[in-house]
Amino acid sequence: MNLIRYQRPDLAWAGFGRLSSLRDELDRLFESPWTELARTPQLLSGWTPALDVHEDKDSFVVRAELPGMKREEIDVSLHDGALSISGERQAVKKHEEAEVYRTERFFGKFLRTVTLPAPVAAEKVKAQYQNGVLTVTLPKTEAAKPKQIDVNVN
Amino acid sequence: MKATIAAEPKPAVERTRPQEFAAPMVNIFETPDGYALEAEMPGVNKAGLEITLEGNEITIVGRRAAEPENGELLFRERSVADYRRVFELDPAIDTDKISAKIDQGLLTLTLPRSEQVKPRKITISE
Repeated sequence: MNLIRYQRPDLAWAGFGRLSSLRDELDRLFESPWTELARTPQLLSGWTPALDVHEDKDSFVVRAELPGMKREEIDVSLHDGALSISGERQAVKKHEEAEVYRTERFFGKFLRTVTLPAPVAAEKVKAQYQNGVLTVTLPKTEAAKPKQIDVNVN
Repeated sequence: MKATIAAEPKPAVERTRPQEFAAPMVNIFETPDGYALEAEMPGVNKAGLEITLEGNEITIVGRRAAEPENGELLFRERSVADYRRVFELDPAIDTDKISAKIDQGLLTLTLPRSEQVKPRKITISE
């Protein structure tokens, strides 16, 4: 798995201005055992959208940053307790012949897979795409929810 | 005598937000009519966008729309920082005609060249 998000080598300069975040990335590595959760396959397409995973007592919430896409270009699937978000972002056609001054954005296929730490109810999973952020809400199965057990002490 | 212990007021929990901004990733193209700039600002909608023009500099600021809190954070890659980036403009750009739109976190700026500097054919009179 990747510890640091993969950057396409020929665009390394584009990421140069964000060097300061490298320290943050490293800090994150050591503070969270959950880095195991998201597995980044070694795709050569170069685009690995950033994602967050939240958990509350009822559900998991996965948010991925996918700016400038269409709903129909995003594919969300659940298989064996692993959530996959995939798709392909197309460059704007009318700009293909224009003279390019700067290209920092990633295009092409992407795939992110998140292994969920508890079983989820597949039929209740909801996905919403707003402001370029995909939010997938995965309710836990009843068996996976924490239970309050009353203990009577006599 | 009874002693009352007043609970200390809880310090307000502030969401950690770095003061600095993140630079959005951009693509810039030159088109026959001028320039087109695309900036990626996921999490920003029209209300959070602020574009200012000063002299020959254009400043783009995008503030992320509030997202509902969803319990404990298990894994994080996304930044909480707002976006800001400044660009110097080609003097040929007609600043009155700059237009902007944001769709699904992608800002598109259209920066047309002013009519005077557009290439044009000069008809030769006999």
